[in-house]
Amino acid sequence: MSYLEYNVKHTPTGLRKIFYLNWPVAILLATVSGAGFLMLYSVAGGSFSPWAEPQMKRFAAGFALMIFVAMVPIWFWRSLSGMAYLVTLLLLVAVELFGTVGMGAQRWIDLGFMRLQPSELMKITLVMLLAAYYDWLPAKKTSRPLWVLIPVVIIIVPVMLVLRQPDLGTSILLLAAGGGLMFLAGVHWAYFAAVIASGIGLVTAVFQSRGTTWQLIKDYQFRRIDTFLDPSSDPLGAGYHITQSKIALGSGGWTGRGFMQGTQSRLNFLPEKHTDFIFTTLAEEFGFVGAISLLGLYTLIILFCVWSALLNKDRFSSLLILGIALNFFLFFAVNMSMVMGLAPVVGVPLPLVSFGGSAMLVLMLAFGLMQSAHVHRPR
Amino acid sequence: MKKTRAETDFSHRHISRRAALLGGAQLLFIGGLAARMRYLQVEEADQFRLLAEENRINVRLIPPSRGEVFDRNGARLAQNAPSYRIVIVREDAGDVDETLGKLAKIIRLEEGTVERVKEEMRRSAPFLPVTVISDASWDEISRVSVNAPALPGITPEVGLSRVYPQGSDFAHVLGYVGPVSDYDLSKIEDPEPVLMIPRFQIGKVGVETKLEPLLRGKAGAKRVEVNAAGRVMRELDRQEGKPGSDIQLTIDSALQGYVQARISKESASAVIIDCDTGDLLACASAPSFDPNLFVRGISQADYGALTGNKYRPLASKTVQGLYPPGSTFKMITAMAALEAGLIGPDETAYCPGHLTVSGRRFHCWKRAGHGWVDLQDSLKKSCDVYYYDLAIKVGIEKISAMARRFGLGIKHDVPMSAVAEGLAPTMQWKETFHGQPWRVGDTVNSSIGQGFLLASPLQLAVMSARIATGREVSPRLIKSVDGVEQPLRGGESLGVNENNLRKMRRAMHAVVNDRRGTAYRSRIIAEDMRMAGKTGTSQVRNITAAERRAGVIRNEDLPWERRDHALFVNFAPFDRPKIAVSVIVEHGGGGSKAAAPIARDITLQALYGGQPPLEAYPAKDRDRIATQQEELRAIQPLVSINGRDQA
Repeated sequence: MSYLEYNVKHTPTGLRKIFYLNWPVAILLATVSGAGFLMLYSVAGGSFSPWAEPQMKRFAAGFALMIFVAMVPIWFWRSLSGMAYLVTLLLLVAVELFGTVGMGAQRWIDLGFMRLQPSELMKITLVMLLAAYYDWLPAKKTSRPLWVLIPVVIIIVPVMLVLRQPDLGTSILLLAAGGGLMFLAGVHWAYFAAVIASGIGLVTAVFQSRGTTWQLIKDYQFRRIDTFLDPSSDPLGAGYHITQSKIALGSGGWTGRGFMQGTQSRLNFLPEKHTDFIFTTLAEEFGFVGAISLLGLYTLIILFCVWSALLNKDRFSSLLILGIALNFFLFFAVNMSMVMGLAPVVGVPLPLVSFGGSAMLVLMLAFGLMQSAHVHRPR
Repeated sequence: MKKTRAETDFSHRHISRRAALLGGAQLLFIGGLAARMRYLQVEEADQFRLLAEENRINVRLIPPSRGEVFDRNGARLAQNAPSYRIVIVREDAGDVDETLGKLAKIIRLEEGTVERVKEEMRRSAPFLPVTVISDASWDEISRVSVNAPALPGITPEVGLSRVYPQGSDFAHVLGYVGPVSDYDLSKIEDPEPVLMIPRFQIGKVGVETKLEPLLRGKAGAKRVEVNAAGRVMRELDRQEGKPGSDIQLTIDSALQGYVQARISKESASAVIIDCDTGDLLACASAPSFDPNLFVRGISQADYGALTGNKYRPLASKTVQGLYPPGSTFKMITAMAALEAGLIGPDETAYCPGHLTVSGRRFHCWKRAGHGWVDLQDSLKKSCDVYYYDLAIKVGIEKISAMARRFGLGIKHDVPMSAVAEGLAPTMQWKETFHGQPWRVGDTVNSSIGQGFLLASPLQLAVMSARIATGREVSPRLIKSVDGVEQPLRGGESLGVNENNLRKMRRAMHAVVNDRRGTAYRSRIIAEDMRMAGKTGTSQVRNITAAERRAGVIRNEDLPWERRDHALFVNFAPFDRPKIAVSVIVEHGGGGSKAAAPIARDITLQALYGGQPPLEAYPAKDRDRIATQQEELRAIQPLVSINGRDQA
């Protein structure tokens, strides 16, 4: 496996690669992050601490990381796929054994300088390994049962580990990203039909397990689902988040209450206002115009990624870019659905906007890979 | 393994197709999100905005400051003084145990305080203050303030609390305030929200409760923005309330202080009323209590001492206490007879010491009898038989009607607690309440103020004032509200013959100033201050025939509870009456001995507007009076006489 597999007639070298980056995507990322700083500044009551300033530093580091990763040829990264996956898997096991319990779940490993959330990293390495797998696998074998089983195992093992933490949101995202990549790689329709059918069966099983000794998910997760289905049933308890979040969104109206004027978030009616529910603050303060603009920015990022993937004649690169774009899409789609009351409250942050180091760095790493694939595409 | 161009092209086409599909699905989902956004933010915006307002706006009441009470000369009787509390806020306190430990080193904390504070903290929100000491002294406050940097989360707080600077002098007139109880709320039909404020004080007794609506004022309100935990973030706007009205009483606090001190050793009460206006100048009931104790929350021991006292300090005897008026009622019997034309100009009656009415023998207080007496003699010597005779001729209906005309047996409109109506019985009344017909004997008993008759000191003072003026003097306690003079009531003529009244007054003058009058020893010798009055001694027990034969036991030899009540009513100066007075000493023995001297002292005090000169007293009393004045000054040294020149 080397660059020779890539039908590269001409590749930019050295610092000239900078000019060949996918700048629209880079600028869009910076714009979205900028909106994030603004909102973090606002929810802190007009202060750069405690959220906006560290977030800006992290974005700067993340942006540098992205450029660095983009400079390294994509075939080097491809060769690391298997190793990266295994290391992440080991980290997930390590979390299980030594992880820090936060918010009722084991998610982090404290590395001293930062707290690493391996499940975030897994979203990328899983996509990398699957892309590499389908790049290696001859196209005609794609839908043979044995060759389908291997990626399924690759997906299921980390999903189970994340589910044990327990982190339902991330495990669903992993499952969806992995499945999406298999779909893109051209696995036969019938498999997906089967999985969806068994998925429905699984959901039924989960609900059947409620209250029994073999209960599959935690009580709080059940309650979240209950309140998602009927938020008004418990307006001051578990349904509080959804109700208050909808009030915040709704009270924004067309143009919002104005920067730093959002009463819902400023007065702490919103939970997790700087992380998972930050979108509600934006929607309250900037209204429908602000919210739809952010959605537009996200959509543009997706479109530029898909365009870049379609331009790319290399199978690994295409799959990787599409996988990253899919991950990104799932991120904001699930978060927005959640705060708008379309999905149960699962802890998924709004990409680049929510406060959080792990997620930001992992996302920028992913976009670094996307840029690398874009720069080093066959021409 | 190098891929052929055909292979890459194939896979690329394949990916493109699926990518387009997946991308399309994504766009569709994004469209769904946008639609949802539009629904929430545009279509339902108004409803959600309303919900957001409800979330954040909270209306808080601003308690009004309670009106103050002054005496007729502007001396403060009830005021709002700052009261200090020491509170702790958990979220600012850091280590609560450590902070409380430090506090305990600086000021003395009562046992169990720390436990109570921690328990309260556990139950309330972290930003809410919890009271550590509710009634801190200035010394404690300054110590806490000085050490503030070492005591995070501990702050002194200032509130307003009711204080009665005159202490026990006005306990029965003013009453006192206290925190709103569930019982208070249950009595109020539509309680104002302000009553729900913790520690809000309302009147419990006396003027404080009777004039509660005036004194309380109207609560203001402020709209505040609160966060999810209920903490106030900022004030949006406020609507000022209306402070309570200031009340001025007709009572003269210096005089009240004197009267209260003068009777303090007895279970007694005294009322001084202005004959012209009906203003109550003094309204004293002894023994009294310190109303400030009730405001702060009285201790079990103190309360037990008050309720256990046989002199009943808590009873407001001037308006609430009902006593048989005894001989002080004789003026009414006489007036009824005079008005009925039953007493001729020089008519006399013979008193053999008793009168037999339908087989029952009614005795005069003087066993030997008074011999031949006319109207003036009968009152002067307080002959009973004369009045038995009159009453039988006049009949109870006319006597009772006359009693009501002079203010007995009717409820006077005075804003004090438990104002009693008293009783001027009629035949109908006895039929209704006792189911028995009225008997002549009842009339005989009533003629000398015994039997069913009941009157309060206030009523007797009113009676005295009406005799003195011939006008319908009505008691007034509230002089002005917020500086607005309150109307005088009932200055009309009583409609009785002035000549008859003059006869009564002359007879009362004789009671005090005639050598053989029952109150001669309590006369005033200052020429322009002379008083006219009437003694009364009302029995609280029946004297049996056996006892009478053996000789009536002297009051001094009876247990206190069975002794007679001593009464005295008077007005002064005789020629142009300014004040009318009534004094009742419970179980004090004879009216001439126990009540009349008190009446004289307080009458002089009122007329002179301060301590009277000894020359007003008969020469042989002066030494005794001088000593007494000395003693009384020691009891009530601190009565402030604001805005009053001491002539």
